[in-house]
Amino acid sequence: MATRLFGEPIARTEDARLVTGQGRFLDDLGHDALAAAFVRSPHAHARILDIDVTPALDAGGLVAVYTYEDLPGRVGEPLPLLIPHPALTHGRTGYPLARDVVRHVGEPVVMVVATDRYAAEDAAAAIQVTYEPLPAVVGIENAAAARHLVHDDVPGNVAAVLVQQTGDAPAAIAAAPHRLELDLAIERSASMPLEGRGVYARYDPDDGRLRVHTSTQASTSVRMAIAAKLEMPPVQVDVVTPDVGGGFGVKVVHPWPEEVLLPWAARTLAGGGAPVEIKWAEDRREHFVSSAHERGQLQHVRVGFDDAGRVLGLDVEIRHDNGAYTPYGIIVPIVTSTQLLGPYKIGAYRVAATSLYTNTVIVTPYRGAGRPQGVFCMERTMDAIAAALGRDRADVRAANLIRPEEFPYDQGLTFQDGRPLIYDSGNYPKQLEMIRDLIGWDDFAALRERARAEGRRLGIGLGCYVEGTGVGPYEGGHVQVDTSGKVHVATGLTSQGQGHRTVFAQIAADELGVPLADVEVTTGDTRRFGYAVGTFASRAAVLSGNAIALAARKVRDKALRIAGEALEADPRDLEIVDGVVRVAGSPSASIPLRTVAVLANPLRYAFDADAAAATQFAGTGPGDDEPPVAPGTEPGLEGRDYYSPPRATFASGMHAAIVETDPETAEMRVLRYAVVHDCGPMINPRIVEGQIHGGVAQGIAGSLYERLVYDETGQLLNASFMDFLMPYATEIPHIESDHLETPSPLNPLGIKGAGEAGVIPVPAVIAAAIEDAEGIPIHSMPITPSDLHTLRSHP
Amino acid sequence: MSRPAEEPRHAITLTVNGTPYAVEVPARRLLSDCLRHDLRLTGTHVGCEHGVCGCCTVLLDGAPVRSCLTFAVTVDGHAVETVEGLAAGGEPSAVQRAFGECHALQCGFCTPGFLMTATALLRETPDPTDEEIVEGISGNLCRCTGYQNIVAAVRRAAASERT
Repeated sequence: MATRLFGEPIARTEDARLVTGQGRFLDDLGHDALAAAFVRSPHAHARILDIDVTPALDAGGLVAVYTYEDLPGRVGEPLPLLIPHPALTHGRTGYPLARDVVRHVGEPVVMVVATDRYAAEDAAAAIQVTYEPLPAVVGIENAAAARHLVHDDVPGNVAAVLVQQTGDAPAAIAAAPHRLELDLAIERSASMPLEGRGVYARYDPDDGRLRVHTSTQASTSVRMAIAAKLEMPPVQVDVVTPDVGGGFGVKVVHPWPEEVLLPWAARTLAGGGAPVEIKWAEDRREHFVSSAHERGQLQHVRVGFDDAGRVLGLDVEIRHDNGAYTPYGIIVPIVTSTQLLGPYKIGAYRVAATSLYTNTVIVTPYRGAGRPQGVFCMERTMDAIAAALGRDRADVRAANLIRPEEFPYDQGLTFQDGRPLIYDSGNYPKQLEMIRDLIGWDDFAALRERARAEGRRLGIGLGCYVEGTGVGPYEGGHVQVDTSGKVHVATGLTSQGQGHRTVFAQIAADELGVPLADVEVTTGDTRRFGYAVGTFASRAAVLSGNAIALAARKVRDKALRIAGEALEADPRDLEIVDGVVRVAGSPSASIPLRTVAVLANPLRYAFDADAAAATQFAGTGPGDDEPPVAPGTEPGLEGRDYYSPPRATFASGMHAAIVETDPETAEMRVLRYAVVHDCGPMINPRIVEGQIHGGVAQGIAGSLYERLVYDETGQLLNASFMDFLMPYATEIPHIESDHLETPSPLNPLGIKGAGEAGVIPVPAVIAAAIEDAEGIPIHSMPITPSDLHTLRSHP
Repeated sequence: MSRPAEEPRHAITLTVNGTPYAVEVPARRLLSDCLRHDLRLTGTHVGCEHGVCGCCTVLLDGAPVRSCLTFAVTVDGHAVETVEGLAAGGEPSAVQRAFGECHALQCGFCTPGFLMTATALLRETPDPTDEEIVEGISGNLCRCTGYQNIVAAVRRAAASERT
């Protein structure tokens, strides 16, 4: 057997293109396309009194100007509410172009189309919109106070109230030997991929087809949404995802206004004439004020516990800022509510999440998708329990962990996929042991004392999480061996840097017995695979990885059947090695896979020398009484299959950090950062490590640097990279990691997702370490030196 | 408010990766747009258009600059190097190779800027310390990798250039 590629840390097949400038991102396409630009609201909340486009009409290169009034039929209807939920009683979505009222700075009001982007921006700048400003609702407390409303018909600014419980938490807390309460806060941040969103639409009246390239995480659903809005048959709409410069959640929302408006405008401007192409590439300021944010929550915790620190009852009130609209439903508060439980057995639990409207940018999942907030809540609670009891923080956690023999473990709640929150597998005590070893938990007291003797302050923190990954409903894979022996793999979900082409090729190459170099993978192109859900929730490897494995097994079975006929051998005696089907133990009896591919497609016409082998007089077909294509089979050496999981699979991890705080300046520096991670068997450990590194960096960013700051009028004060402090290499510590591989019993490959893991517990870990260094409770993240300085004088 | 239908254009000549190009550009055209859309060298990326992220970094007469903060007309008569020019004769440079070998890129959007920055760094400092590497790349943002593997790649490229 050739070496198994699954599990090998091979270099990525994506990189050769990307390091030579041959990547093709959205704005690298369509050089000759018309360009769109948008007039966006400068007000957080205002009534539109008048839109005067006449000053723009003389602008050079102007092609068209559109306002809400111009949008016909379904194009002018509100954007879809993608994930309805019974608790979302007052879901609201915006219009592609604002109708009468704007509800956040950055909401699109007018679309301009011109010959290039410079001309489009000139025209957009000339358009005059008259607004009557309305009172803006900014901040969770103000939203809850509801002195003003974001939507006139949404009382209290409340979009949803979601209560989940298992057991009687209030009673358990009341009866517990110890009780405490905490108020916690996490501020807004954002995915902030280095490539913004972008759409490039081409409509061809000759064949009535629309092709849309979009920087999305969900191309098949964008296609369905566009088809619905434009009232076109989906088969006439192709959506192609080019190289995507990062997503981290923000690009899973769809259809964005631009994804509806550009295709519609291309079709409208084309009329019955020549094809029309229009492109829009979001600029950075637009991304800050018109894409999505996440994180902002306030939490109130009541917990009852015993002398060992075991949690007997936990009652959490979450107030979640969902921004101006709820196109992505209440997924973020659902995830916070459920994943808050982490690796722990909680006696009784009640959580009430209230999702509130504010006059700010919409809030939709950003890597972690509500988990960092939930883990912050639970881990700060664990630390508070340890402090109250005078016990070691790791020991308190150990007392609460689910034991390995208790899987599958039912947490008694409903997860974000609507399925029961049942953990499939894991080994949390082992992880705790590993993280203690990796960071040197038990030796830290001595280290701290040595530092103290030098006038330095050190603290250590620990955070644990469980992440539901690989949620359904499904993904599919298509595997085709062509007559040159090349293997073409397609799956519908999209890629934003995760290395899918590499890991899916590893899986397909193993299953088929072909060299890695013979496998090419396409993702996110509806022309190649039309059925898919999307890339989010750390699901791509689990869903598409398994689907591709299943599809490849079908192809393998077919190849062995056809080769068996050709070699007059029992398919059960055959193996495929390096792209050649051979009789195991008798390698001389063999047939290359490419020849099997020829034979798999019975032909009349010999268009080349290979094809001649499959023609009717070549003597390679079945007997005279058999149909050339056997019943129940299809021509071609290809196969398609789907993987649909019963429910999510649960990855997990524990992080620890040692942080130094400056007694004078209150600067905080992460001296060491350690990660123990379990996503089941790793397809490519190098890629998993990379995902962890990137996730931790985003976690550090959200702990010490990044926050989106709105003033009381709803202006985003730091809508640029000058003011929103994304960390450079100088700010991110070296990350030490160790892995545990507990297989999932739920899928054929036994794998779990890894994409979001790194980011999840970081704010909890950093807060714990700073609290430990300073002896001051840290209940709000992110934290700046200025914040810490203030806390020192007013804890 | 009305603008002339055609903006005045300026004829400039710039040398990109050793090849001279003559183009006519409006005075306000950014070098990044000129490279990407006039010359169709789209390897240079634009991440913020205000000079912070470094995705658009190119070498101007050998020194790294933000092409999004540079007007194309100002490089008339000058030499620009972009990511497309790093692979001499189709062979990837040591920096390009090291980025792949060290998994120093994920989505690849910031990568051309890092490659140009690292190329300039190693020309000036062929044997950098880790601190010099971190400092040297600290004007470029990456949202995917957490930088650890980028630092490793620059270290590896330096080592392979020395051998």
